[in-house]
Amino acid sequence: MPAPDASSRPRKVNRLGLTPSDYKGKPSTLCKGCGHDAISSQLIRAFFESDVRPHQVAKLSGIGCSSKTPAYFLNHSHGFNAVHGRMPSVATGAVLANRRLVAVGVSGDGDTASIGIGQFVHLVRRNLPLIYIVENNGVYGLTKGQFSATADENAALRSGEVNRLPNIDLCGMAIELGATYVARSFAGDPKQLVALLRGALAHNGIAVIDILSPCVTFNNHAGSTKSYTWGKDNEEPIHILDFVPAMDQIEVEYEEGTDQEVQLHDGSWVRLRKLERGYDPTDRRAAQELVLEANEKNLFLTGLLYLDTSKRTFLDSLELCDEPLALLSEDQLRPPPEILDEVVASYR
Amino acid sequence: MSNKTALAEEVAPSEIESEPERIVNDLAIQVATVNGSGSQSSNLVLLRALFRMGIPVGGKNLFPSNIAGLPTWFTIRANRDGWVARKRNVDYLVALNPQTAVRDVESLSPGSAVVYEEGLRLERRRDDLVFYPAPFQELAAEVTREVRLRKLLANMIYVGLLGELLSIEVEEIFGAIESQFRSKKAAVELNRRAVEIGIRHAREELVKRDPFTLERMDRNRGKILIDGNAAAALGAMFGGASVATWYPITPSSSVVEQLTGFLKRYRKGPDGKATYAVVQAEDELAAVGMALAAGWAGARAMTATSGPGISLMSEFVGLGYYAEIPLVIWNIQRVGPSTGLPTRTAQGDILSTYALSHGDTKHVCLLPASTRECFEFGWRAFDLAERLQTPVFVLSDLDLGMNIWATEPFEYPDRPMDRGKVLTREDLERLGGTFQRYADVDGDAIPYRTLPGTEHPGAAYFTRGSGHDESAEYTESEEAYVRIMTRLDRKFETARDMVPPPVVDQAETPSPLGIIGFGSSDPAIEEARNRLREDAAIEMDYLRPRALPLSPSVLDFITSHQRVVVLDQNRDGQMLQLLRAEYGDRIPPGVLRSLRHYSGHPMDAQTIVDYVTEMEIGAA
Repeated sequence: MPAPDASSRPRKVNRLGLTPSDYKGKPSTLCKGCGHDAISSQLIRAFFESDVRPHQVAKLSGIGCSSKTPAYFLNHSHGFNAVHGRMPSVATGAVLANRRLVAVGVSGDGDTASIGIGQFVHLVRRNLPLIYIVENNGVYGLTKGQFSATADENAALRSGEVNRLPNIDLCGMAIELGATYVARSFAGDPKQLVALLRGALAHNGIAVIDILSPCVTFNNHAGSTKSYTWGKDNEEPIHILDFVPAMDQIEVEYEEGTDQEVQLHDGSWVRLRKLERGYDPTDRRAAQELVLEANEKNLFLTGLLYLDTSKRTFLDSLELCDEPLALLSEDQLRPPPEILDEVVASYR
Repeated sequence: MSNKTALAEEVAPSEIESEPERIVNDLAIQVATVNGSGSQSSNLVLLRALFRMGIPVGGKNLFPSNIAGLPTWFTIRANRDGWVARKRNVDYLVALNPQTAVRDVESLSPGSAVVYEEGLRLERRRDDLVFYPAPFQELAAEVTREVRLRKLLANMIYVGLLGELLSIEVEEIFGAIESQFRSKKAAVELNRRAVEIGIRHAREELVKRDPFTLERMDRNRGKILIDGNAAAALGAMFGGASVATWYPITPSSSVVEQLTGFLKRYRKGPDGKATYAVVQAEDELAAVGMALAAGWAGARAMTATSGPGISLMSEFVGLGYYAEIPLVIWNIQRVGPSTGLPTRTAQGDILSTYALSHGDTKHVCLLPASTRECFEFGWRAFDLAERLQTPVFVLSDLDLGMNIWATEPFEYPDRPMDRGKVLTREDLERLGGTFQRYADVDGDAIPYRTLPGTEHPGAAYFTRGSGHDESAEYTESEEAYVRIMTRLDRKFETARDMVPPPVVDQAETPSPLGIIGFGSSDPAIEEARNRLREDAAIEMDYLRPRALPLSPSVLDFITSHQRVVVLDQNRDGQMLQLLRAEYGDRIPPGVLRSLRHYSGHPMDAQTIVDYVTEMEIGAA
């Protein structure tokens, strides 16, 4: 990593000896106040706090404002800003080639719920190990403010145009399709978001995090159901969620008021404290009912909606070798001449 | 039929009546059935029996886009001189499909023979053919009582009938049955009995009245029978394919299906785990997206598709070109436009594949003409893609890919894999920790890349399909755009010197006439050249491009001939257009002649002979 800071000021470092600035990206070119930048900040924080080695990370995206953001975090990670709606296939290919990569995909509501819905569906179905972030603002920003498929029914654009079509709930779809880590959050709730991101980093399988990320330019007005104000006024966390890293677990005493703990793939835990709802995120039917209820009542319920730590991943089902395919040697890739003779003989 | 004439001339006139003309090892057999009736096994047994007799042979399946119930024709051409391209005339028809029998019989040349289900009463249709009726179902009933099996075995009856009528060695038929059904003992037994019953019926009930016969030769020593898609798959495995992502589409599906079979058998590590990933994607967009990203991350990545899939892959391919990512795409061409004729062959995607995607794009395309080249290009395509950091296409077609060809065995790759310009952690340390992803360091216009996961803080870069500079940073600068695009153009010139050169066959004394043809046209061109030479004393030099971009030698070939026929299996003369676009007015006016064949049938020699004969007589 970059040379240590020469200043004598005490610095915050993680277990790798890296500072938060080692996880930063290029300066953002998005509108000032964009929800996406808030999410990038929490990604930086989560990767830093979870001691992720930046070179092991691959950042994938499609097209749109959200898809630009991988340039704005983790400068020392490879990034791939691909084509519109196709981040899932790009993420799949990258992970197939190198299973050791920590893959994080950033998409938007247009990129996922419209042009990319087919790839989203099949990605989730495969349970590919990937953090799939939807920066959801209900509009197309880069093309200047058209409705997207996650816009709520009867929501209005600044121009007064009203959306008459029902929204697509990506969390509901993800649960239906077999996703194993499904969360909804808010760019204006950094504490919850960073815990969800760290949980996703510890999870082995697809983690879909649908984040209300207001578009300050095209969808932040009164009448919008994707604005900061609407989010702040309406957010209802279903629980208080803490992420407890594996190494901390032995040191940390059971905390008073904890209702549920679920251990994740890497040995860390998510610790949940109930609020008004007595909600168990490992119950798939309950998760589906919760999403239905939220949609019917237009509630903005946030938190970890669903978690399944038992399902096998796409890589398991392919029975891939442990070594990344991209790093296999010629000896491993090209069978010897005797094999060619054997195959040829079978065609005689 | 030049061979017939030649033979007839050798025989003294007085002998003709006493000893009828014999045509040895030169015929086309066509089996007309209904698809889904199980005739494919019988056809393959027949083909393999002839192959085992050492006779040059090839098999072509003309099938419908359907699972069961529509007409299908399987043609076997045996030719002592090795000409196994499609032959327009059928000499021996096996008519088992009531839907097409009348038309099939009407299309035959006088003197041809017809083996047929006697219930069809085809003998009434013509008096200039030789008819061999047989009660197929009845004969099959002797083999088994089970109705379903009886239907299948009726097909093996005609193998026996043909065996007797054409003097096919019965041991070779049995050998072919064993090879076809391998370990299934019961199936081998039933099929042998069906063949025996066919032979018995021919001996007892039929009198041989046609001139066609087969005799053992020794032309297949060491050879194998294989389809181009199997050869492609095998080549890909020996090229180290590690990620293959695909979506089923005729006629390319059998590339990845057969690849999967080979990989399962031969590409497991010591722990039994796969050193490959094959993924059937949700569509061609995802298939190519996965493959492209796998190539980006360092795998030897490929996909296989056909026309409609190529259209869908267009956007990602442009990204691969501009962001410079290795990837191999097999295009097993079929007849377009649109859905077209999905089970017929064409070379109709040359232009669209060469320039696939929006903006200025051009791609390396390999043009295999044989199963051997399918194998060779199967592994070489990965070397080229990784060396050049770009998508590389291999344009095969249905005729080459799905039909069965006799060939010399394939040669093991003669060089180690070329993984291209990849910087490792050690390289980066040596370089002081920095590199520019899109800089031309070596003057060959090929930049260096790093793979995700490289443990060095300087390894990372940001890949994008938007405007970028040498450091892979986003930019809308016109200078940077022009620089990168100009370098990509120069990289294509580097590719021009790396791709397989054309195969040129010229007469010792320069001929004024030449032909340029590629891919699956090759066997028909060679046959046509031979016939023009022997029957009309016309020498036709031949250049066969094996890749795009075209080698400079193509222009040399054109300018050193007065007339050059450009043979395309498409309506618009796509190779001709490409030559004109490439060479412009460096081609003297009037030299290029366009011969276009686009019926969906494989190329045949007669079409070329007719065209050239007329052209040359007119020119004389």
